[in-house]
Amino acid sequence: MPLIDAQDISKVYRLGDIEVRALSGVSLKIGKGEFVAVMGPSGSGKSTFMNILGCLDKPTGGRYLLEDIDVGSLDRDALAGIRNKKIGFVFQGFNLLPRTSALENIELPMLYDGNSARERRQRALEALHSVGLEGRGEHYPSQLSGGQQQRVAIARALVNNAPIILADEPTGNLDSKTSADIMELFVKLNSGSDITIILVTHETDIAAYSKRAVKFLDGSIVSDECKAGS
Amino acid sequence: MINLSSTLKISFRALWVNKMRSGLTMLGIIIGVGAVIAMLAVGTGASNRISEHISSMGSNLLIVLPGATTSGGVRMGSGTQPTLTTADAEAILRECPAVSNVAPVLNGVAQVVYGNQNWSTGIVGTTPDILTVRDWPLVSGRLFTYQDVRRATKVSLLGQSVAENLFGDMDPVGQIIRIKNIPFTVIGVLATKGQSPQGQDQDDTVIVPVTTAQKKLFGTTFPGMVRRIMVKAKSTEELLSAEKQIAELLRQRHRIGPKQENDFTVRNLTAFMQAAEESTKVMTILLGAIASVSLLVGGIGIMNIMLVSVTERTREIGIRMAIGARTWDIRLQFIIEALTLSLAGGIAGIIIGVAGSIILSMLAGWITIVSVFSVIIAFGFSGLVGVFFGFYPAYKASLLDPIDALRYE
Ligand SMILES: Nc1ncnc2c1ncn2[C@@H]1O[C@H](COP(=O)(O)OP(=O)(O)O)[C@@H](O)[C@H]1O
Ligand SMILES: [Mg+2]
Repeated sequence: MPLIDAQDISKVYRLGDIEVRALSGVSLKIGKGEFVAVMGPSGSGKSTFMNILGCLDKPTGGRYLLEDIDVGSLDRDALAGIRNKKIGFVFQGFNLLPRTSALENIELPMLYDGNSARERRQRALEALHSVGLEGRGEHYPSQLSGGQQQRVAIARALVNNAPIILADEPTGNLDSKTSADIMELFVKLNSGSDITIILVTHETDIAAYSKRAVKFLDGSIVSDECKAGS
Repeated sequence: MINLSSTLKISFRALWVNKMRSGLTMLGIIIGVGAVIAMLAVGTGASNRISEHISSMGSNLLIVLPGATTSGGVRMGSGTQPTLTTADAEAILRECPAVSNVAPVLNGVAQVVYGNQNWSTGIVGTTPDILTVRDWPLVSGRLFTYQDVRRATKVSLLGQSVAENLFGDMDPVGQIIRIKNIPFTVIGVLATKGQSPQGQDQDDTVIVPVTTAQKKLFGTTFPGMVRRIMVKAKSTEELLSAEKQIAELLRQRHRIGPKQENDFTVRNLTAFMQAAEESTKVMTILLGAIASVSLLVGGIGIMNIMLVSVTERTREIGIRMAIGARTWDIRLQFIIEALTLSLAGGIAGIIIGVAGSIILSMLAGWITIVSVFSVIIAFGFSGLVGVFFGFYPAYKASLLDPIDALRYE
């Protein structure tokens, strides 16, 4: 049973009379513990696809099974619950809450999961440790570098032990040295604890960290390659 | 499941970050609640004062006056002289079943002298029942008796003001005073009564037997003449029947034909005062209602700020949704923010309102009473305002599309 099973997904945006086909008939299966790079030129539908995988958006056609659950049948709050427990998001622009310390940002997913304050703090500290930011817990996002902010975001994605991390151009705002560090972190998480990582990028050297590359063009998948040796 | 303590924390933090804005928004509620509290305090003070007057008059009190009534007040019956007598009073007590006590009154002003002190005061000639009729106890000495009335003895009861002015700290009981140069023994001192509804000092009085007043002090144009008859009805329910019985009896006794006007008036002071009390209550409610308009305006201010806040924090809402916040997590966050604003404003408003009432009573000399009821009402109302005006912005926030919200700049 694949962890993610997208079947003939399409997404059409309607802007007045104009129809924008962001996705047309995308099918993709991703198993547990995979590290997939989603590639393709700008506007090819990568983000749209990721949003659907992340249950932030619903497809206009096709079926999406996440751990065998048909996500299309779920209501708003049920989808929120899935995002909370099954999915960790990492965004290009970090999307940390301003004026909120790193630790509190990391605790955020647990706020909506009914954990005790003590357990939240404990797990947030562990997550902070696993992204190599010990001692930075009390810093505000504005006091952290881009790379450090992205590490906080990754810790936030990890803290609820979600099996899937979705990262949409996570290194897009970072320099190449920091990007490499962040990618090393993803590799470590993927190999160390079986977390499935799906990562959008249009840079081949970033995609090189992954085990499988899926290429999009004009809303369709044009190639799906597994790397030799993995 | 919604984590209340963390939601509270999130809300407090958001308010704290915008201290100035939160404070100004609260100001609307502070002024509203303060105004409600102060206005209700003024109104409650006024109606309490009237209630006190009612009880100081004596409960279930009727006053029979000579002369006919017009709607505006009392005018003398044409052609007839003042006609009430002590015999009328006795007849009322004897023949009106709804009446429990009767005290005829003949009063006048006279000089009262003790030693080298003298004092001009109102002399009330009446019967011992006056103290029951007026609910007016003695603090020392004894009451005169009906035997004193029959014999027209020269005994007197002093009101507190007279006692203080003539005797100072000394006990007047047993002393001899002179009224119109006639010696009277002081046999008792009355308890403090305070001001009458007309603002007169009711303690500035001397009570003597009615016969003594008639024969020795003021004289009468016809035998047994009195200026009024004070009547106590058996109960509040029987006030009206007492009024009717007295009118019937007196028409009969005064031989007034079916088409003729009464030559007397029965005044129901309790009813009059109750009407006054009722109208102050209406005034209180009106004042409170006007003040609560400002509370409403304060609520609109909260809604306004909350709408701004939702727009400003669209991205934050998007992040929270992406991370797993459900509809009610988002709603509660904003409702609690609005509620915090309005309740904090409510508490500050209560303090301001109480202080305002105290200042008002000091500056304007009004009696103000802050009732627990008005505090609870104002506080509850401000909470209601918070929830009511916070709900729409919270509702709006919870309906945002997570992707749009995340993309919001
Ligand atoms: N909310 C939207 N409304 C209308 N069109 C959209 C919306 N989001 C994306 N699109 C369109 O869908 C297509 C795919 O966009 P996107 O998934 O963001 O591409 P990518 O992430 O690969 O750059 C683009 O043509 C884009 O203009
Ligand atoms: Mg994109």
